[in-house]
Order: sequence, then structure tokens, then C-alpha cells
Amino acid sequence: MSQTPTGATDPRDDVAVDAATARARGPATSSRQSLRLNASMIIGTCFVTLIVGLALVSFIWTPYAPSEIDPVARLQSASLAHPFGTDKFGRDTLTWVMFGARITLLVGVVAVGIALLIGTPIGIIAALFAKQSWGIWIDAVIMRANDILLAFPALLLAIIFAAVFSPGTGPAMIAVGIAAIPGFARVARSGTLQVLGSEYVRAARASNRRVSAIAVVHVLPNIAGMVIVQASVAFAISVLAEAGLSFLGLGTQAPVPSWGRMLQESQQFLSTHPELALWPGMFIALAVLGFNLLGDGLRDRFDPKMEARRG
Amino acid sequence: MAENLLEVRDLTITPSGADAAVLHDVSLNLEPGERVGLIGESGSGKSLTAQSVMGLLPEELHAEGRVHLQGHHGNLLEANEKTLASLRSDIVSMVFQEPMSALNPLMRIGDQIAEVLRIHGKIPRAQIPARVKELLEDVRMPDPDSARFAYPHQMSGGQRQRVMLAIALANSPKLLICDEPTTALDVTVQRHMLDLIAERVSAVEAGLLFITHDLAVVAGVCDRVIVMYRGRIVETGTVTEIFTDPQHEYTRGLLASSDLEATDGNGRLFTLKTALAYTGPQTSAGEDTPDPVGTETVEADDPAGGNIAVDDVGEAASARDSAPLIEVADVTRVFKGRGLFGRRRSDVTALDGIDFSVAAGERLGIVGESGSGKSTLLGILSGLDRPTTGHVRVGDIRVEAASSRSLRALRENLQIVFQDPFASLDPRMRVADIVAEPLIAAGVEKDERIARVEEMLEAVDLDARSLRRYPHQFSGGQRQRISIARALVTRPQILVADEPVSALDVSVRAQVLNLLTDLVEDYALTLLFVSHDLGVVQHLCSQIIVMKDGRIVESGATEDIYANPRQEYTRRLIAATPSLTDALGASG
Repeated sequence: MSQTPTGATDPRDDVAVDAATARARGPATSSRQSLRLNASMIIGTCFVTLIVGLALVSFIWTPYAPSEIDPVARLQSASLAHPFGTDKFGRDTLTWVMFGARITLLVGVVAVGIALLIGTPIGIIAALFAKQSWGIWIDAVIMRANDILLAFPALLLAIIFAAVFSPGTGPAMIAVGIAAIPGFARVARSGTLQVLGSEYVRAARASNRRVSAIAVVHVLPNIAGMVIVQASVAFAISVLAEAGLSFLGLGTQAPVPSWGRMLQESQQFLSTHPELALWPGMFIALAVLGFNLLGDGLRDRFDPKMEARRG
Repeated sequence: MAENLLEVRDLTITPSGADAAVLHDVSLNLEPGERVGLIGESGSGKSLTAQSVMGLLPEELHAEGRVHLQGHHGNLLEANEKTLASLRSDIVSMVFQEPMSALNPLMRIGDQIAEVLRIHGKIPRAQIPARVKELLEDVRMPDPDSARFAYPHQMSGGQRQRVMLAIALANSPKLLICDEPTTALDVTVQRHMLDLIAERVSAVEAGLLFITHDLAVVAGVCDRVIVMYRGRIVETGTVTEIFTDPQHEYTRGLLASSDLEATDGNGRLFTLKTALAYTGPQTSAGEDTPDPVGTETVEADDPAGGNIAVDDVGEAASARDSAPLIEVADVTRVFKGRGLFGRRRSDVTALDGIDFSVAAGERLGIVGESGSGKSTLLGILSGLDRPTTGHVRVGDIRVEAASSRSLRALRENLQIVFQDPFASLDPRMRVADIVAEPLIAAGVEKDERIARVEEMLEAVDLDARSLRRYPHQFSGGQRQRISIARALVTRPQILVADEPVSALDVSVRAQVLNLLTDLVEDYALTLLFVSHDLGVVQHLCSQIIVMKDGRIVESGATEDIYANPRQEYTRRLIAATPSLTDALGASG
């Protein structure tokens, strides 16, 4: 990982000594790094890859068309023709799981995208104001508004959206995204405060960089790690929120396949055909677990304690 | 024959997954009550040696060899955690470098000391509070009765380190390991701490393993010195042997670069490279004329240094410009205490009636302990902060009333080298971008920017390959060079150095100081050099200001201040500066 620095044209002795120091430190650091690529990150990546793979394959190929009804083959158990079985209309469950992965990922990407693109700048701006003696109250107003939003349940917001607009994937995504903004704003604010207090920002100010330049050049790259971790956790939350909304009939509407709707439709057959609930339930769990584990793994990787004084 | 207190045989430590060992066949022993200094720069393996004695090695390091401790049969490296835990504190204990992070911030210090006593259960519970008080008295804690109830953050660095020492000695161990216990402290506090460690260790008749990178520190405390270099022991000997007749090349280099009073023929400090010419600490006080033989050797070795006669540039510059470049008149800075919900805290006066001026080309040292207001003063001079009252003029800009535009102009003319080379470089930026940053701010074209960055890196002796690397790929000394390059790339008139060498090893320190001297001359800079260490300032600066509690207690030419300090405080600072000469005098 850390290469031996050979930064000297002329073999000044401190540089030679430095190189030895860095070499001595190098192997220890790299072995710690490889340990950091830990189990949770690997498992998380596998689960996420599986879901993304399912969604991508569904664009090219699925065993059946999602709306293909086969009254003869209704409520079948797993077989060669229908590996995951069929539902009450004889539709193939595997096909629905694959199509459902699309919606799940779409909701995740859009919701997290909204939260990230709005929340992160809010947090950075609040932190920038917090550092000015005259701007503390602006920071306070922004963050208290943020807290109010944080106290507002995502599902309630989605229900309001569904009532105001028509229920559907779009309003659900936006509602979930808005509900995730405070998390990003808080993470970005605390990260920014930390970066702004650092000596390299002092150095940048001393060399005349403008606040906007400092925010882009120094703050953003240094809080990116934390924001990415937050994103993967928020992704898991939005997957769960969308499934819940669809289950309540406030999210994705028929005839678009979604895991939440599959769960809802399987309700009446729970005692006779539990596998109808099992498959979508399992994939929701896999997706949530996958993104959470990935987030945990990334958090370890970006842990500021590991970052500090590395090399 | 008495059994050795500690015996380490052929200790080799290899990180898992790496071929090369970081510690090679280290063997050493300590007799009961013996005090040994373990010396080397960061990365030389001295801390690893100590950690393996304590059984505190990180898991990914694989240790081979034998470590034997009196009172325990068998190899410590193979002992399980339970055995080790019973050994720690009873037989061997440790004082760490950073007292703030080694103490639990949420526990009163009396409880933290009592905890050690309780766990090891040598003392009846009822007697623990009395013993805690006794221990605090032993480490000369002011007001031990109330100190018991203080939290770590309420104490100064020196006091915290005293608490650490009290904890370490609570169960009268046979061996005390100190890992750079004074590196994080100011010089005056360091002196007290060293005396205290020596005194307490002999009071409880314990052995001492004292780890440091600074030879000058070790002399007064230890009987014997072990020098480590790149994971190997290169030399062992008594203090007098090591100081007067070092055998190994590296020891000689370390000795030479520790000595801030001796200079080579070009007025430069000795470094590992030029150490051949070094003649040893000047035992007859006040006489530091360089050896004429040494001069020749050095000139052959170091072609970069010898071109310009030492003081020519500085004098020419000050003659050219009669009005002072920097004028500070009656400056105070008060930090308003502002608590949450309008709760008032008392105001803090960081600067109080500061008055001085600096002529162009002058080299001014600002000396004081932490908390004396040095950093606040720097912040004001560089326009990062404003004075509460008073006038500051830098060049033709009045800082206290400057618009943001003239502040920008000021900063173009005045650049800072920061203290901590690890914190002052953005870890996610390449070196090329870091050094180019002031140029971007100044609106310099891209092509010219690249050219100037390359030129500047060459001036600080880093090659073009460094441009594409990130800061973590460099060591402390190299990072400080990058930091200096960034400061000088806009060609400022004034360079402010905020403790630029206090985070560096002794051997690297001399290099960076020489580089600064060279650059100050080459670019005809006006230098403001801030430090808590008079020894460092003495070499570099022509004028000195001594600060204490936000006031200037003494100022004048360096030689005058050294020859006859008028204030008690200055005298204490001078006395506290670790110097090889004094150290040798004390031990011999």
C-alpha cells in the first residue's frame, strides 16, 4: 500500500532515514488494510451484487413475462418450470422477484440520490456558518429545521404524499428521499466541522483560498467516506420503506411487480402457501442486510481512527 | 550473581504477511535497579521492544525470541493474557507518551489511581484513599487533596503525566518503562518531569527503561544507553562512553544533530551526513568555534550550503529598508466567554499589551510555553484572527482594520509553516496540488503553476516523482519539506514558522532547520520563528521575544538574552533546554 518514498534527488540523510522508517511501517500498515476488507464487507458486496445482477438480467431475460397468467398452473410449489413456484394467477414468482429487484434498486438510487444531493450541501453550508461568529444562528436555524424533519416519520410523510399526489412509485421515492435528508445533513455537518478545524484548512486559509474553494477542494473529498457510509445505510432503509409502502398499497401500483406488493398479495395464502411470502421477504431481507453490511464494512474502512497518521 | 531484571534474547518481530522483519535479533538486559535509555528515531523499533516486554504487541505482529522478566518463569512472549495481566503493574509498568489519551477522560484521577491499587489487591481497601494521596504527594502534585477529585481535562500536560507516573508506580513495580514521556511537554515541564522520574525510580528502587529519540534528554536520567537504528541495536554503552566516544556512525550522527550549539564551517547544524566533522559537545562552556579540519570535510559534503556568507543577505535587507516591516503596537486579544444558552464564562485574555517590531530581513524568534499566546499572535499577524485592541501593521497593511481584499494581499506576502506535518497537509490531495494551492488562490496560470511547483520542490530537495504522491507516503521530515515548499511557492517576503520542528525527530530536526536557514538566505526572507525550545531558536534567530501568559517578558538580541537573561522566567527556559553539554556535565 504505502510505497517506499524516494522523494530525494540528492541523498540527504534524513530522507534516507525517512525511507527506512516508512519501509518499516509499510508492511504493518498494509496487513492491517487487508484485514479491513473484512467479512461484513465481503458478504455485503455479495448480497448487493446478487440483487443488482437479478435486476440487470431482468432487462434481458426472465423465465416468463411478468403479466403472463396461467390459470392451470396457479399456486404451484417449486418445480423445474417454476423454480420459485407461482402465485394465485399462475404468474411465475422468480420472474416477479427479478422485476421487483429493479423497482427496489430504482427507489434506493433515487431516494438516496435526493437525500445525498440535498442533505450533504445543507450540512456543509451549516458547518461553514457555524464557524463564523456571526453565522452561528443561521447554523442553528438550519439544523433545528433539520431536526424537525428528522422527528417526522418517513412512512407518515409518504402517506401524506400519497394522499396529496396519487399513490405510486414516484411520490414514494421522493418521500423516502426527503425523510433521509437529515441523516446526510448531520453527517456532512459534523464531518465538515472536523475538517474545518484541521490544520490543513488553516493552511489553505493562510494561502488565501476562498471558502467555496476550501469546501470543494478540502471538505468534500475528506467527508466523502462518511457520506458513502451514510448512503449505503440510507439505501437499506429506503429499500425497507418502499417495501412497506407497497405493502400498504401506497407505493408501487399494479401491474408493476414489486416485492412489497408480492408480500401483500401472499397474505391470504400464508397458511397454505408460505413460500409465496418467503421469496419476496427473503430478498428484501437480503437487500437490507447487504447494504447494511456494506455500510459497516465501509465504515471500518473509512474509520477516522484508522485514517489518522496512516503511513 | 544477581538474576537480571529483564532479559531479552534475539527478539525478532515480523508483521504477518511481510517477509522483512521490523526488529532484528534484539538482545538486551537490565540489572535490578539499573536505568537504561533506549534511543532511536521513530520507526527504529524502540517502542516495539518495549511493547513486547509489556505483552502489548499488536496482533498482526509476530514476535520470536525470548523475553524473561525477574519474578516470572518462562518466556513472556508465550505467556497468556492472564499471566501478563498479573505481571503488569506488579513487576513492570509503563508511562505513555500522550498523557491525555492514556487517561480515561470520564474518571476522576483519584479513582483511576485507586483502580490500579484495587485490581492488584495488595493493599486493604480501607487504606486505598490514603495511599492515593500518598502517591500524588510522591509525584509532587500540587494540592494532592483536591487533585484526587479532578478530571484529566482540568489538568495541564505535565500534571497529567505526573498522574500517569503515580499510576505506573502505584504497586511499586520492579521495572518502569517510559515511552517518550516528555516529548509532548514543554521544555520547562520536561526538565521537572525528568528529575521526578529519576527521583521516584530510585525511591522505589525500580529499574528504568527510558525510550526517547532525544539524546540530550536521556543523559541526566540513565546510566546506560542502547542505541537502535532500523530495527537493530547498533551500540550499547554508558552515558559517558556514548557521549564522548561513540563507536557507530549513526550514534555519532545522532549526537551531532542533537547538539544545537555546534555548527559546521558554514554556520549549519550538523546532520547525520556531516557528523564526521563533529567534535563532540563543547565541555568548556561558551566556546563553540568549529574545528578547522571539520570545515573542509563539510564543504566537500554539502555543496548546496556554502555559496552565501551567513549574514550578508540579512544585513543588506535591513539596510535597504529602514522602517520596520512588521509593527505590533499594544495589541490585546480577549476571547469572549460564551456558553450555551447565554451562560457566561469568564473572558480569556490571550494577548495583553504586545509591542514589538520586525525589520525586513530580520529573523525573530518568539519563545514561550504552551498557553503563552504565541499561536494567537501568529493568527493575528497572518490575518486569520483580529486583535481586540491595538494596531498591527504588516508591510503597508493595517491588519486590525483591513478589508478582506487587503487581508488577501497580506497573506500573499506572509506564509506559514505549521507545527504538525501530519495535520497540515490534506491527506486526500497530491503533493503537486498541495504545493500549488497558494498559486491557484493567487490566480497563476496552469503552466506557470506547474513550473513553479517543480522549482520549489527542487529547492526543498524533493524530486519530481514526489509530485504524484499523497502525504501519507512521506515521513515527518519530508512532509515538513512539502509544507515549507507550499509556504514559499508564492515567494512571500515574510515566513512564519510555527514550531516547525517540535514534532520531528532530532536527526531530522537539524536537516529541516538547515533547510530553513538556506531558504531564508536564498529568498531574503523575514523570518518569524515560534518555538517553546530556546535551543532551536538560538541557532536560527538574531532577535528573540520571550512570552509568558500573553505578555512579552523579555526581548532583545539572541546573544544578549543568552548571556544575561534579565527575567527569572527566561533563566528558567534557558536552564530547561536540554543540552548535551549540561547533560554530560551532570552525568560525568
